[in-house]
Amino acid sequence: MPLNQDFVGRRFVSPVPFQVGREHIRQFARAVGDDNPLHHDVEAAKAAGYPDLVAPPTFLVTATPGALGLPTDDPALGLDYTLIVHGEQRFTLRRPVVAGDELIATSTLTSIRTAGRNEVLVTTYQYETTSGEEVAVGTCTLVSRGTAPSRDVPAGEGTR
Amino acid sequence: MTTTVGYDDVEVGTELPERLFPLRRADLVRYAGASGDFNPIHWNERVATAAGLPGVIAHGMLTMATAARLVTDWIGDPGAVQEFGVKFSSPVVVPDDDEGATVSVRGVVEKKLDGNRVVVNLTTRCRGEKVLMAARATVRLS
Repeated sequence: MPLNQDFVGRRFVSPVPFQVGREHIRQFARAVGDDNPLHHDVEAAKAAGYPDLVAPPTFLVTATPGALGLPTDDPALGLDYTLIVHGEQRFTLRRPVVAGDELIATSTLTSIRTAGRNEVLVTTYQYETTSGEEVAVGTCTLVSRGTAPSRDVPAGEGTR
Repeated sequence: MTTTVGYDDVEVGTELPERLFPLRRADLVRYAGASGDFNPIHWNERVATAAGLPGVIAHGMLTMATAARLVTDWIGDPGAVQEFGVKFSSPVVVPDDDEGATVSVRGVVEKKLDGNRVVVNLTTRCRGEKVLMAARATVRLS
């Protein structure tokens, strides 16, 4: 079933700040097989000039609402997660994310377009500290497989 | 905030040698827990095949994070990554066996920018197919 176009342009702001924690950074780094001491050892991070543990470059994917970091938990959008695959992802980091950051994520569903039998959703993200410093922006493109509106031609109408 | 690679030590064309990264089912489960992405297509064969996929596939973000490691391990400082973007061109199917899938990543310095920054273009393959396209990281070197 096609996705609900009424959601295009909707903006979602995380209701509570996302607290970047040391253990979460360590857990995420372990999950991607990354043993860089800057993700695990506070003293090493401080010796390198950081205030605390440094998050891996893709860590912010955990800081957005919804299972895929989508502003799409509302069932009225019509998203079936099992039909979703990731199309594109981009992060622009103004500075590294570090343990202790408190981030507010603002997500905007910027477009839903049809590509063949699929639908393509683009969501943009902005991550700010609670004091208003922009830490990062991101873009996520998802592909909803096979949910494009039907192109069946009504009976009696020919194609040109 | 110091990378182990200096801006003056690299040229356009400097290569980051290929590395192989195994991804097994257990790695997908671990990533699901750490990332909060519990989409069953990343751990449940029944759901994945019912959804028309060839099998359980790795999270795209896990493949992206794996590709990032080639760059962050090269420069030593993950905080030096300023921009990172990829397109997911083909799924990484992870079979339910002891080998899983092997993702190969290699890179090349594509551009030198001002501010000691360089753009690294990454080539990421699984079973010979490119699984990422337009995978580029901008990093600030010493």
